[in-house]
Amino acid sequence: MGVESPARQKKRFSRFATIESLLMASPTDTHAEYLDPILSRHQHNANDLLQILIAAQDHYGYIHSDAIDHLSEQLKLPRSKIEGVSGFYSFLHLQANGEYRVLFSDNITDRMLGNMDLMQSMCSQLWVEPGKVSEDGLLSINTTSCTGLCDQGPALLVNNIAINRLTRERVNAIAELIRERVPVSAWPAMFFAIEDNIRRKDILLDSHLKPGSALAALLQRGTHETLHEIRTSALRGRGGAGFSTGLKWEFCRDAPGEQHYVVCNADEGEPGTFKDRVLLNGYADMVFEGMTLCARIVGASKGFLYLRGEYRYLLEHLQAVLQHRRQQKLLGSNILGHADFNFDIEIHLGAGAYICGEESALIESLEGKRGTPRNRPPFPVTHGYLNQPTVVNNVETFASASLIALHGGAWYAAIGTDTSHGTKILSVSGDCERPGLYEYPFGVTVAQVLADCGAQDTQAVQVSGASGVCIAADEFERHIAFDDIPTAGAFMVFDQSRDMFEVARNFVHFFAHESCGFCTPCRVGTSLLSNMMDKLAEGHGSPYDFAEIEKLNALLQSTSHCGLGHSACNPVLDTIAKFRPAYDKRLAQKDFVPAFDLDHALSQARQMTGRDDTGAHLERSHE
Amino acid sequence: MNKDVTFALSSAGVGESVARGQLDRGGVAMNNKPATFTLDGKTIPFSAGQTLIQAAMAAGVYIPHLCYNPEFKPHGSCKLCTVKADGRHTSSCTHQAQDGMVVESDTKEINDERRALLQMLFVEGNHFCPSCEKSGNCQLQATAYEIGMMSPHFDHFFPDRPLDASHPDYLLDFNRCILCSLCVRASRDVDGKNVFALSGRGIKSHLIVNAKSGRLADTGFSGEDKAAHVCPVGVILKKRVGFAVPIGSRSFDEQPISATPHPGPAAATLPPHPQGACPVGPRSNAATLPPHPTVKDV
Ligand SMILES: Cc1cc2nc3c(=O)[nH]c(=O)nc-3n(C[C@H](O)[C@H](O)[C@H](O)COP(=O)(O)O)c2cc1C
Ligand code: SF4
Ligand code: SF4
Ligand code: FES
Repeated sequence: MGVESPARQKKRFSRFATIESLLMASPTDTHAEYLDPILSRHQHNANDLLQILIAAQDHYGYIHSDAIDHLSEQLKLPRSKIEGVSGFYSFLHLQANGEYRVLFSDNITDRMLGNMDLMQSMCSQLWVEPGKVSEDGLLSINTTSCTGLCDQGPALLVNNIAINRLTRERVNAIAELIRERVPVSAWPAMFFAIEDNIRRKDILLDSHLKPGSALAALLQRGTHETLHEIRTSALRGRGGAGFSTGLKWEFCRDAPGEQHYVVCNADEGEPGTFKDRVLLNGYADMVFEGMTLCARIVGASKGFLYLRGEYRYLLEHLQAVLQHRRQQKLLGSNILGHADFNFDIEIHLGAGAYICGEESALIESLEGKRGTPRNRPPFPVTHGYLNQPTVVNNVETFASASLIALHGGAWYAAIGTDTSHGTKILSVSGDCERPGLYEYPFGVTVAQVLADCGAQDTQAVQVSGASGVCIAADEFERHIAFDDIPTAGAFMVFDQSRDMFEVARNFVHFFAHESCGFCTPCRVGTSLLSNMMDKLAEGHGSPYDFAEIEKLNALLQSTSHCGLGHSACNPVLDTIAKFRPAYDKRLAQKDFVPAFDLDHALSQARQMTGRDDTGAHLERSHE
Repeated sequence: MNKDVTFALSSAGVGESVARGQLDRGGVAMNNKPATFTLDGKTIPFSAGQTLIQAAMAAGVYIPHLCYNPEFKPHGSCKLCTVKADGRHTSSCTHQAQDGMVVESDTKEINDERRALLQMLFVEGNHFCPSCEKSGNCQLQATAYEIGMMSPHFDHFFPDRPLDASHPDYLLDFNRCILCSLCVRASRDVDGKNVFALSGRGIKSHLIVNAKSGRLADTGFSGEDKAAHVCPVGVILKKRVGFAVPIGSRSFDEQPISATPHPGPAAATLPPHPQGACPVGPRSNAATLPPHPTVKDV
């Protein structure tokens, strides 16, 4: 580490001084000062607990224990509930976690671009271990699940704001800015210049929809008739499940309830997916217009956009679009002059929990709770937000609905294949020359996409993210369509140099990290699976472990509570089936070997005693 | 199965159910015959709104369960009560019975799955049955015997979970918590206290108590609370009554859990044995020995 220069020593001491002064200021009234405005903004509504906590955390970078006293009193919620909710979300902290909180995006695409070396380099420059807070409390560095910047990675979040295209230089610069305690708001703007990278446009990305035009079409055609057009278009959800959008809206409209709600799912947590990011950045009007159409059809006066915490940097832009729409009478009361057309949209932020993309977990989260999937039935269309009929649709689904309202269902249905109508936006990343967004009519082949994005020597494509399917070279003529390769949008390309075992291992770790923990099979099973993959990686694997993985898979498929558990074994099963050599390479053992490694278990003792000689090792001591 | 497909199926359920007029199958049969379903071939009558497990219990048929307790709203998290209804896996504690449904429960396939789930629960926490005060009254242990679990099979996680002995009358041994949330539900819904809550996520999920200090002594908890008597395992334990009933004479030593009516509350609220504390430690009784941990069982 070398000897510290006096200047650097001074810097370290000054870091200590400020933290001390920070820690001293924490009696309860200090908290009331910044919490009360937040509480009034949310009308002391306990359903907004998550939003209140996210805002409250901004003050110290974590939720202070005294702040919970105040919130508990004001919201009339037990402390245990507030702590339980905070404990669920990765981006909320109950303990000091550094003034600068750096999270390296850790999707496989970030790994392929060298994120681990960059993180290590930043850690050593700033004298901090990954996952720990620096001794002086200045910062912490850790990893986080895919941040949706795979086309411009490696990426990181600093205090929840995204920085793309990390290089060694950029990482050095960031380390220096942190060391100099420059506030993030004063960092070079180019660090935060997120690109859209739209590479292929079709009907949606090339639509130039004039704000209000789809609503005008709806009012002209009639509500009932517009729903008919949506049904005629055969539009199916773009968030992964592929349920008929028209049918969903109809069910919701027909469900009895005091209020109906429209929710746009912008949680986009599936690794390798980033189309919703671009739609919200460049096509927000289309998305909000789709929500407003839906509101008119199902009879809702309130809607939510659930925006993943990783996309927080889009918040101001989205608020501005909403405000502009209100001014244009496209949102709010008396929309386009119709006294009975009232609808407004509120944006709720997520806080680092992939499971909140699952629609019932999302609704729990909107209600300010832990994001645990509900028991279904009943489904959200009858019992959603506050148990009222609720439509939950993906960002792309709402944008497509706007197009359909404008151009008609038959026009839309004519595009694509016999079973999959319209277009699909793919988020292409990984080993290719031109990563970014590609919009195609359904039916495009994997090979075509690979050619268009400049992928060479491709070994495999992971379609639809970690929970999707891994497609090998002999399947590249297959089609992107609901009845062939369905997808929520991710398209991650791996060339021949990639180790498909490591791809699967990354995804398995993702699922273990993101399991909500509600049900036994997924909570324990995803951790067991991730331990097994680590065991194989460490060379302790035998064919016995394969059989174990298959057994786990069967159990997770049949007994898990939600889709996360159902698909958690997919990446391993797919890669075992299609890239067996990547696994065989690791089966050093023919017979079963326990995962427990005695010599490794002694490493803690070695570290504590500062020994690393032969005598301190198990195997070598026999020599 | 791909998530997309799974979701297409589950979402399709919305459509299907409405299309099939599923609601009409919920207990009121159209031709005035009492509504029934079959459970492993046996005909089980049910009334509208009853779940599969409620109807089965009422008919005296045992379906293994841990997070379900007839006195509380079902949670559906442990998945021990998994059955196959019309060929599809589902949790019987949350799934409403429907007329004509064909349900399988006591089959090799499902019991194998239940055994694996039990093994997961055993390795996730720290369960040393011979030294546990709940041994013999524990639903986890009793269900493991019932399903014939002979070893933990998986590698142990050995989590670090400190005890909370702060309360004068009660002890919390989190090592045994299976996150069933019964204490959470009891404290919130019956006691109106919210003493307990779940925090964390995934494998780091854990129970917390309602106190700034994080200690039970600083909550409103009392031994009179319903929450003090619902834990199916040995987390929430009364102090100073250790081994009042000797191991070997406890509820599930007397008869297996499948034969114990409403095992949950009955076992948990068993009155303290009149003789007072028994000075003898746990007997080395084969019937109460915990499943022996081995590295693997093939
Ligand atoms: C674990 C999990 C994560 C999900 N994440 C998302 C997501 O990020 N965005 C999304 O639109 N749908 C996601 N879904 C699907 C939603 O549950 C739901 O089906 C979808 O939002 C419905 O909208 P659509 O019909 O427009 O696709 C997820 C599902 C599961 C099981
Ligand atoms: S399957 Fe996983 S994510 Fe879904 S409810 Fe169970 S633990 Fe939570
Ligand atoms: S303490 Fe007992 S009742 Fe409470 S969640 Fe844990 S196992 Fe269930
Ligand atoms: S008893 Fe049904 S899931 Fe636990």
